[in-house]
Amino acid sequence: MNLCDFMVGEAVVSSLEAQTRDESIRELVESLAACGRLEQAHVDEIVQLLIERENQGSTGIGKGIAVPHIKHSSVSEIVGTVGCSEVGIDFASLDDAPVYSVMLLISPPNNPDRHLEAMESLFAHLQRDLFRKFLRQADNRQAVIDLLAEADASTEESGL
Amino acid sequence: MSVPSTGQNSAEREVIIRSAEGLHMRPAMQFVDCANGYVSEVTVSKADQTVDGKSIMQMTMLAATAGTRLVIRARGRDAEEAVAALAQVLENGSGA
Repeated sequence: MNLCDFMVGEAVVSSLEAQTRDESIRELVESLAACGRLEQAHVDEIVQLLIERENQGSTGIGKGIAVPHIKHSSVSEIVGTVGCSEVGIDFASLDDAPVYSVMLLISPPNNPDRHLEAMESLFAHLQRDLFRKFLRQADNRQAVIDLLAEADASTEESGL
Repeated sequence: MSVPSTGQNSAEREVIIRSAEGLHMRPAMQFVDCANGYVSEVTVSKADQTVDGKSIMQMTMLAATAGTRLVIRARGRDAEEAVAALAQVLENGSGA
C-alpha cells in the first residue's frame, strides 16, 4: 500500500502549535476535519478515543515518532496525516525521548487487514533513518507531501 | 551476532494469529516487551520475511493478519523460556 493512499496531504501540519500529546492529537484531528476527511460532529469523540488509546499504551515507538491510531465507524477509508513538532512533544515514548513526528491514523473498524497493511507501509519508511530525518527537517506542508510521494516512488522502484 | 556455538541454545515455535484484528500494535508491543526480557536473540518470520522480535518497528512491518502463520525463533541461553513465553503472548495477547 502506498502512503499517499491514506495520508491526506492537505491535512499535514508542518509546524504543530501543540505543545502536549493531547493538543497535538486534537490539532491533527481538526486538520483532517477541516479538509472534509472527518466529520466535524465526530471530532471530539475521535480525539477522546485517541487519547484513551494512548493512555492504555503509548504509541510513541521511539526515535522521535508516535503513531496514535484508532478505528472509528465514521470513516469508510483509512485517513491519516502527519504533524511535525519543532520543540518535541512528550508522548511517554518507549525511549522516553520527545516526539517530533506524529503520524495519526483513523481506520474503519471492518477492515483490520487493511489497517495492518497501512501500518506496515508507514513503518517500512519510518524505519529508515533518512526518512525520519527528512521528515523532521521538512518545514512546510509541500516538503512533507513531497517526502511521502518520494517514499512511495522508492517502494515501487525496489518492488517491495 | 558473533555468539560462540558452544553453550548456545536455540528454540523455535510456530504460532497462528487467531485474532480477527491480527497482530496489531498493542500485542506487538507486548511481544517486544516480553522479548526484551530475555538475553536471547529473537526473530519472527512470516513466510520468507524475518524481523527482529525486539523491535516494534520491525514487528509492525510483519502485517500479520488473522490466520497468519508466524515462526518465533530464539538463540541464546534462555532461548527455550523465551520462545515459550513469546508464543503465549501471541496466543493470548492477540486474542486466541
